[in-house]
Amino acid sequence: MLLRFFLMGLDRKAGIVLTILAFLAVAVPVMTLWVPADSPFHLSVFTVSLLGKYLCFALLALALDLVWGYCGILSLGHAAFFALGGYAMGMYLMRQIGPRGVYGNPELPDFMVFLNWTELPWYWWGFDQFWFAALMVLVVPGALAFAFGWFAFRSRVTGVYLSIITQALTFALLLAFFRNDMGFGGNNGLTDFKDILGYDIQADTTRVALFVATVAALALSYMIASGVIASKLGKVLVALRDAESRVRFMGYDTESYKLFAWTLSACMAGVAGALYVPQVGIINPSEFAPASSIEAVIWVAVGGRGTLAGGILGAVLVNMGKSYFTGALPELWLFALGGLFVAVTLFLPKGLLGLWGQLTAKLPRRNKASPLPNAQPANQTAGQKGA
Amino acid sequence: MRRALRWLMALCVVVATSTAAFAADLRPLVQALGSGGYSGTEKALAQLSEAGDPAAVPVIEALQAGDLFVRKADGTVVIARKAGDAYTLTDPLTRAALGDAPAAAVEKIRINNALRRAISASLGALTLMSPDAGVRRSAADAVFKSRDAQALETLNAAIAKEQDKGVRAAMEQARAAILLTGEAASKMSDAEIQSATDTLTARGDRDALVLLNMVAGSGASDVTKRSAAAAVSTLEQKLAFWAALQNLWYGLSLGSVLLLAAIGLAVTFGVMGVINMAHGEMVMIGAYTTFLVQEAFRAYAPGLFDLSILVALPAAFLVSGGVGIIIERSVIRWLYGRPLETLLATWGLSLALQQAVRSIFGPTNREVGAPSWMSGAFELGGLTITYGRLWIVIFAFAVFAALLVALKRTWFGLSIRAVTQNRPMANAMGIRTARVDALTFGLGSGIAGLAGVALSQIDNVSPNLGQGYIIDSFMVVVFGGVGNLWGTLVGALTLGSINKFLEPYAGAVLGKILVLIFIILFIQRRPRGLFALKGRAVEA
Amino acid sequence: MSAESTLLYLDGVSVSFDGFKALNSLSLVMMPGEMRAIIGPNGAGKTTMMDVITGKTRPDTGTILFEGQTDLTRLREAAIANLGIGRKFQRPTVFEPHTVWDNLELALKAPRRPLKTLTYAISRDDRARIEEILNITRLSPLRGRQAGSLSHGQKQWLEIGMLLAQDPKLLLVDEPVAGMTDAETEQTAELLCSIAGKHSVIVVEHDMSFVRALGVKVTVLAEGSVLAEGSLDSVSANAQVIDTYLGR
Repeated sequence: MLLRFFLMGLDRKAGIVLTILAFLAVAVPVMTLWVPADSPFHLSVFTVSLLGKYLCFALLALALDLVWGYCGILSLGHAAFFALGGYAMGMYLMRQIGPRGVYGNPELPDFMVFLNWTELPWYWWGFDQFWFAALMVLVVPGALAFAFGWFAFRSRVTGVYLSIITQALTFALLLAFFRNDMGFGGNNGLTDFKDILGYDIQADTTRVALFVATVAALALSYMIASGVIASKLGKVLVALRDAESRVRFMGYDTESYKLFAWTLSACMAGVAGALYVPQVGIINPSEFAPASSIEAVIWVAVGGRGTLAGGILGAVLVNMGKSYFTGALPELWLFALGGLFVAVTLFLPKGLLGLWGQLTAKLPRRNKASPLPNAQPANQTAGQKGA
Repeated sequence: MRRALRWLMALCVVVATSTAAFAADLRPLVQALGSGGYSGTEKALAQLSEAGDPAAVPVIEALQAGDLFVRKADGTVVIARKAGDAYTLTDPLTRAALGDAPAAAVEKIRINNALRRAISASLGALTLMSPDAGVRRSAADAVFKSRDAQALETLNAAIAKEQDKGVRAAMEQARAAILLTGEAASKMSDAEIQSATDTLTARGDRDALVLLNMVAGSGASDVTKRSAAAAVSTLEQKLAFWAALQNLWYGLSLGSVLLLAAIGLAVTFGVMGVINMAHGEMVMIGAYTTFLVQEAFRAYAPGLFDLSILVALPAAFLVSGGVGIIIERSVIRWLYGRPLETLLATWGLSLALQQAVRSIFGPTNREVGAPSWMSGAFELGGLTITYGRLWIVIFAFAVFAALLVALKRTWFGLSIRAVTQNRPMANAMGIRTARVDALTFGLGSGIAGLAGVALSQIDNVSPNLGQGYIIDSFMVVVFGGVGNLWGTLVGALTLGSINKFLEPYAGAVLGKILVLIFIILFIQRRPRGLFALKGRAVEA
Repeated sequence: MSAESTLLYLDGVSVSFDGFKALNSLSLVMMPGEMRAIIGPNGAGKTTMMDVITGKTRPDTGTILFEGQTDLTRLREAAIANLGIGRKFQRPTVFEPHTVWDNLELALKAPRRPLKTLTYAISRDDRARIEEILNITRLSPLRGRQAGSLSHGQKQWLEIGMLLAQDPKLLLVDEPVAGMTDAETEQTAELLCSIAGKHSVIVVEHDMSFVRALGVKVTVLAEGSVLAEGSLDSVSANAQVIDTYLGR
């Protein structure tokens, strides 16, 4: 049955995405570890980590597209789930430091010693075990999403109101995690990691392994998302995006459907955050800032929402641009980003993949309805509510 | 005529000699302090007290501090300060510099315990009996704090003579303080004890509370203790009441700030259905306009600085409003009917605006000063009210009222409402909807600019100013309900008050978090806010 | 009259919006297998009546019972729909991004819970049922077409088809022939008549020839309550009905 589920989602687009990811999973380790350093095909470890970071963002974008493109929920706080997953992983990594920290305390991380704490708070228990941390990476964002969604969807909050309160949620978390006495490292966050699963976190092989893990996670998440969308559940989601009350009158409890997609999306975002932290070496509360979440939205918008692959494309492209700008022309980055927001909403509402779809649709082809519900035609109806 | 002149001359002579006598009177007495050992000093001290001239106070204080010396050469009494190996000398009465002298050339005028007591008493007497009411008052307060029993005698005498009610009350409080904490407490009658505690309760501030607590804990007799304990609870209630009122004031103040920030958003969101994420930047632009106006005043008309705020108000309105109109014409108007996309586009604009301001003015805070009529504070009962915040509260309500009038009674307001409710009909009736849209957005942004002027007085002016208020503004609009300015008013004041009431218990940050959570939960009960517009038309 | 044997029992239902009384102590009874036409001027409360039955609006007072026992005023829309009450709206609301086939598949009577739909695979019976509906609604050649690209009349039929696919006990059909040609109107009447008997149907309409073609009992609503009830001829002759609605 699981196989059928995955096969259902395996359409042409999925095929392309998975092939590219498979290629990366093989080529990158080879190019980094086996190809000699003086060859033009050699990839530095720095580049590998950078690519890994992009792919973590791509996973976040995928998660966001699932709720925005397919459910119509514009979440302006998705980075909160990303950050929570990141913190869970960060807590595991902190405990792995053990006595090698600056203060040499085998139990307590440095920042706790600095605060004169004498014992580990209860919510840090268990994080010395990888399996527990991995579980928390899914459970914490998932539980928060479930609770939040339960209240929000049941009260029929939609559209702009919902977006604003997702922003309030991540803002509240930002304020909370900035407090030094919360026990999560305060405004410095968690950093100075030494190793993961026994391997040195800075070693080349570890970095490459993390990259491959990220690729695998992205591929798996894509298949899951694709399977969900292709299933009847996915069709209900698409239907309720544009005509929610009609779906309700048909007997579907739309709140549960939204809750399912929302929670799944939060878990994916959490995994993205968890893979992000070991690759960048730090997690701090600024990840909770509303600006981070809204940046994720532009990745999806640029790539094309409602396409799953669009989020991945957009995340990689925009972040490549960001790396370039912040390196070469830092003053201009925010102008560029701001301009991107305006330009995409005015001129490219369907994103790059949408544009591609429009261009290729003009070519003579059989008028075959795609098995995947396509986000585009809904936008064509005049006066459609929401976006 | 000649008789009158003679009287006049005699009068002048009397006045002249008596003034001279006064000044002259002190000098020999001061000199006498330096001779005759302890008893000589004591006698001179008593005479100085009797003379009653407050000019003697610094001399006696110097004596008390051990700074009064005798110059051996000529027996002059001087104030000497140690400077390295030598001493710098000054005249005790005139403070004129008298040069330096080696340590061997001067001898300290010593004091013993008896003298110490005499000094306190005479200081108290001199100040308590000073002709200046202000000096008497501060003397009474000083005695209240020091609770020096030796001043009691002088105090009683001063109270008997005192005409000024306020000063007498202060003196009586000082006396009550001494009586309750001194040895005399055990000898007082119940009525006297009660009257003393009542006096302290009437004083009504924290110092009195501390004192009463002390007495309640370790008073001389049970009667004293009980009386004090009763007074403590009365006083605590009174103080709690005033504290609550103070909190209410803070809540009102914060609420008025939120109102100013959010009202512009309510106009654009509620009336036009447009989410403007750049609203915070409109506020920020208003604050920076204030900065520029003040810089101009500082450079060209520093004397008129107090008027700078009044000039900044219309300037900020026009600048922010102008920017708003440009935004509407260039970006927003293409996105009507697509609120989520408007949200994203305006977010992009907000980023660009922040960066623009950062590039021009730099990322650090800018100095914005307050005009003199907005500085300082005054007391109202147990409340402390700062002028700055008071003006902001008044201003916020004035802006709200003006907006309400504009929307309900002007033709412009009518066209805004018409366009909101039925755009095609409004168009068909000849209302130029495009222009109304632009002007409405400009109005909302202009009001944000006004908010920026007010905020520049109480917050740091930096490119990030807007970000601090955008989420709060959204919360106000979401909580208060959309499409209704009264909802914004109630929402702003409520959220401000809740925030301030939580603060003492939970701290500012946690308080803010709780408010956010409260709103998220509140929306579950009332998804459309407090003052929701009802009916089928709103479902859209 | 007792509610026990009825399919739908409305008694003294009142709804007001901000002072305006949309329904004024409305009482109406439907028996199983019955088809009823509801007519009346604009603002009479016809759509509001459907709203309270399907749970979109809560009545201020009154009783609404389904099959004599289930209190509809306590249930949410999805639960009411799952009881077997289906509604077709005034404006056709089909799912535009989906194909005709998918629209019907979504509407088809089947378990509605998320986990069930996640693992759903179309069975042979389901496939046959959808085929049947495609035939009834004459949309078979358009099965792969996106619903958004259908004509107005085709959308109306698709929606009727979706309603049939739900296999409800009670169908609420709101102005099914609005905007249709005469020929389409006739076909719609045939369609509805063919399904009555197995299902109960309430039809709200303005088009008198359509109502006549249905040939069923008619209830006239005006100002939120029932004005007259009976055959079309008898209500057409009713003086009050003529005054408020039909005209001379």
